[in-house]
Amino acid sequence: MLGEGILKGMAETAKNFVGSFFSAQRLTTVQYPEQRIAAYEAARVFPFLVYDTENRDGGWPEWEAGLRCVACQICEKECPPKCIFIEKSKDKKLDANGKAQFYPARFDIDISVCMSCQICVEVCPFEAIKMDTQFELSTEDRFGGLLLDCKQLAKPNEYYHQIHPSDAAEVDGRLAEGRAKADAKVTAGALAAAQKKAAEPPTGAGN
Amino acid sequence: MTEVAPQERDELKFKDSQVRESGSPPHGRGPARGEPGPGAPIHSGITAERPEGWNRPALIQPSGDGELLEVAMGPHHPSTHGVFRMDVALDGERVIRLRPVFGYLHRNHEKIAEGVSYLASMPYTDRLDYICPMTNNWAYALAVEKLTGQEVPERAEYLRVILGELTRFQNHASSIGFLIQEMGASGTPLMYAFREREKILDLFESLTGARMMVNYMRFGGCRVDASPAWLDETRKVVAGLPEFVDEFDRLLSSNEILMARTQGVGVLKADLAVNAGVTGPMLRASGVNYDIRKVDGYGIYNRINFRVPLGDHGDVYDRFMIRLLEMRESITILTQALKDIPAGPVMDPKAKLRGFRPKPGEAYGRIEAPKGELGFYLISDGGPNPYRYRIRPPSLINLTVLEDMCLGHDVADVVLIFGSVDIVLGEVDR
Repeated sequence: MLGEGILKGMAETAKNFVGSFFSAQRLTTVQYPEQRIAAYEAARVFPFLVYDTENRDGGWPEWEAGLRCVACQICEKECPPKCIFIEKSKDKKLDANGKAQFYPARFDIDISVCMSCQICVEVCPFEAIKMDTQFELSTEDRFGGLLLDCKQLAKPNEYYHQIHPSDAAEVDGRLAEGRAKADAKVTAGALAAAQKKAAEPPTGAGN
Repeated sequence: MTEVAPQERDELKFKDSQVRESGSPPHGRGPARGEPGPGAPIHSGITAERPEGWNRPALIQPSGDGELLEVAMGPHHPSTHGVFRMDVALDGERVIRLRPVFGYLHRNHEKIAEGVSYLASMPYTDRLDYICPMTNNWAYALAVEKLTGQEVPERAEYLRVILGELTRFQNHASSIGFLIQEMGASGTPLMYAFREREKILDLFESLTGARMMVNYMRFGGCRVDASPAWLDETRKVVAGLPEFVDEFDRLLSSNEILMARTQGVGVLKADLAVNAGVTGPMLRASGVNYDIRKVDGYGIYNRINFRVPLGDHGDVYDRFMIRLLEMRESITILTQALKDIPAGPVMDPKAKLRGFRPKPGEAYGRIEAPKGELGFYLISDGGPNPYRYRIRPPSLINLTVLEDMCLGHDVADVVLIFGSVDIVLGEVDR
């Protein structure tokens, strides 16, 4: 029959046309600002600094008191494009284990230079810097707006739990272990001191 | 600036002119093979002579009627896959001479790497051949492991093979897509390839956190372990790949237009390919059985059963076909690796992430990257950063025979031949 091929071809086209509205496999477009695809748990964009909300050294704002960073500057040294700038503090503040530590007087990340390689996260021995999943960071000021300071970078541990739940749980476990060890050391030290004191003949009236 | 006394200056000049008169240029490297130097019009020095023993195709003499036309294709030409320029001398439509010009995307990678620690170069290697970052990571990790003498755990080796073959698959799929695009079928075949690539990139993202700039492999293993869910997902994706290759095969391999455009076009003879150091699918399309996965058996490749497809004619069609067949072989490698992957750690417990200083010495780690032999040559002087860091990029070296393949063909075929080389400018210029 004349035109049979055309009819066959058009039937295929029609099938595809209708299918493109109903077949779930082919409805792949996501209307971005309204609809979003959930980020993968491993997703990484730019780093942020984690702070613990329960740790409060009096007189500091919440984010600064709980900051895990001790300004050791390892990340600054290892960062491949050198986008981190850290200034160590002169004085010390108490960290989550109750130990006096330095803190970053300045901690800047130039995210216009950062290449999201995650090396700062891997080398940090204090679990203080982690990768964020926030990617909508457009700003009117392309210099100052992309140079994030300590306050802009600081985010609570709860936020970390929210974006990377399994990683955060693992990190919390590791930190709790370290804290328990430190506590054991402190109590062992106190016990030894007490025993030493008890062995010595009492000198003061208070004992 | 140091001042030079007038008579000394004259002496220098005299020495310089002496050298020039004696025939060899002052830098020891003159314009190669009688080619005109930079800046000179390239058709000015055309002769019919070529050095013996290379089996390079003879230069084509202009027909004599009409003038030669010199065209600069690129650096912003849609066919150049980036910023690359071909200075072509044309006699009508025929290519008489072709000179590749690169360096537009030079990023100083090798020198930067000599100034930073070993680890800090790893994310930069992602940006060499940005279509296949996993294999770049692998080659660099292999070179540093050779330098420091580190062992890689079994599971990490399997993961590397899985990720490397997924990379090869998506590279070949998209390179075929680009090739067909350059033939004039804009969009559709490329989008077919990208649909499959997207699935593989999603796997990369869920494992490493990034689609392309993965920064995944470490010296002595891999950064994170793959979860059982990820492996299941990969098995599912791999199970769907043969269908895609079959579809591609059915639509393309016996397509009349594709055959007319590619068969007998851009022939690369086996001995020229070997002499020029061409590697990868391009070399195998010329019929040379050389696959570093078989030769070196690095990683766990000597435990895996796979075949090396070889071409016969070395034309564009063979190169297309080799890529298609290699995709099929990649699937068999993937199925075997995914079946046998053992449990265990993915990182050598003794491996140090930072602050290690390899003993003075040198190492060359090479792998069969999707585009050819990718090698990293490292020299350590005992410091925390490499003394010398050199990359052997397959794209650049495969590109050196471009002129020999293009001579005598039409301009439209130049685009096709160039596409069949399969280059990424990030790797050519580094």
